[in-house]
Amino acid sequence: MSILVYAESENNDFKKSALEALSYGKALAEKINSSVTCLTINSSDFNELKQHGADKIIDVKHPSLEKFTSKNYAETICQIVNTEDIKTIILSSSANSKYLGSYLSGRLESAFVSNVVEIPSSITPFLVKRTCYTNKAFSTTEIKSEIKIISVSSNSFGIIENSTQPDIKQIDLELENSDLKIKKIDKQTGAVTIADADIVVSGGRGLKGPENWHLIEKLASVLGAATACSKPVSDLGWRPHSEHVGQTGKPVASNLYIAIGISGAIQHLAGINSSKIKVVINNDPEAPFFKAADYGIVGDAFEVVPKLIEKLEKRAK
Amino acid sequence: MNILVCISNVPDTTSKINFIENDTKFDKNGVQFVINPNDEFGLTKAVWMKESHNANVTVITVGDQSTEATLRKCLAIGADKAIRINCNAKDGFSVAKEITHFCQQEKFDLIICGRESIDYNGGIVPGVIAGILDYNFITNCVNLDIKGNNVEASREIDGGIEILECGLPIVLGAQKGLVEESDLIIPNMRGIMMARQKPLETIEAQNFEPESENKTYHKPEAKKEVKLVKADEVDKLIDLLENEAKVI
Repeated sequence: MSILVYAESENNDFKKSALEALSYGKALAEKINSSVTCLTINSSDFNELKQHGADKIIDVKHPSLEKFTSKNYAETICQIVNTEDIKTIILSSSANSKYLGSYLSGRLESAFVSNVVEIPSSITPFLVKRTCYTNKAFSTTEIKSEIKIISVSSNSFGIIENSTQPDIKQIDLELENSDLKIKKIDKQTGAVTIADADIVVSGGRGLKGPENWHLIEKLASVLGAATACSKPVSDLGWRPHSEHVGQTGKPVASNLYIAIGISGAIQHLAGINSSKIKVVINNDPEAPFFKAADYGIVGDAFEVVPKLIEKLEKRAK
Repeated sequence: MNILVCISNVPDTTSKINFIENDTKFDKNGVQFVINPNDEFGLTKAVWMKESHNANVTVITVGDQSTEATLRKCLAIGADKAIRINCNAKDGFSVAKEITHFCQQEKFDLIICGRESIDYNGGIVPGVIAGILDYNFITNCVNLDIKGNNVEASREIDGGIEILECGLPIVLGAQKGLVEESDLIIPNMRGIMMARQKPLETIEAQNFEPESENKTYHKPEAKKEVKLVKADEVDKLIDLLENEAKVI
């Protein structure tokens, strides 16, 4: 019996969230005296996996898996679960992994528990801590099914180095043809995504209009950060939906979240609650965000942000 | 076209979250329950399709009698018929199994769920239904265009959008973008009156076993007070982020 970690990669590069899932899998394996089998799909450089605890690598290459689809990827995992005697499957919290996890739950008729933030506190019963009520609370959840599918919340467990010398096994799969086809992927190249970012710079209605967004973009670029926005800003069409952070938008679990001109509605604060350090810049000292932030500046964004950019640029040099 | 929209009855987004009975239960006292926002985006899209696709829209929930007010609201928004599977919802998996069982009796071309509920945030229901029924499945769905038997849909991915094509039947995980916030339908008096005449059926549950159980809950620790920095001392903020918080 082994723990299966699916390590998601893109252009042969393992995502940060994949290495976090692998680190989690390794910690769980050590706790229950088991080993980690790491699945990679259409990848060829396994160095990162050898540094983060993979005891065995399953290398799958298949033309039907060139682009991610929940069905073919779930089918791949189902076949490995059967042949390798897998009882626990660890996934990251990327959009694709959560998509895959829920579908896999139906295929395997087993529990899929998402947003898990710690390794199990107990094995019998199997208890994990996860976030719920959109980050307003945690639950201790018992997983009862024999096969357990867990997705690890981003930036919760961390990445732990653990050097291993894994065997690499190549397997052949038989996949049925599906009528679901990917027509097009529109993705900004080079931009940091909210899901992967260590730092997120986010703007609200206090910025007065989309023409002022260069301030947010500039600050984000100096910090190597992703950009985000509040709900009113996306509803007004100043910024795309994909940047909306909050209860009905994206959750953010970055190390640093900088909110500029965002008052801090309860739904917004819920969405960013998992971020470690929060900074607010707002000219209204009564803004609810000041109650949720670690650091704050009461001041005009149009004066404070340019100064901040200037100082950070100097520091970078 | 037959459309099923799966509805979760959740605390309003502004609710204060508290727990009772030794932190084992959510405190419903004073909390207003609403249609899960992600489900409501999906329901609105389905109601539009009544006209554009001559669709028949059924809403379904798994829950006790207290969920009926939410189902009536769905009827007032424009659904044709509501079904309540009578049992206490235990976990996402067993709820999905109940709905799947229903879908094996009555066939739907399009099954729409929210991508996740805002209370448990499991994101499991649409995937389980699709997985068991072996239907196509697209979650985080932000655009949907159905012509005949052909579906073109967009899905939000990390850092972008993916456009997919497939055939019916399909299960969707809806979210904001499928329709806009400003598109949400506020029921008018006529809608509310008509909703009273529309069928709301209760069917008995199969009582599938849950695969997970929330044993206890707790809230995050209270935040320490914010450290304020003067607007003309941004150097100090950079210093705190670098040397105290160690995040830059």
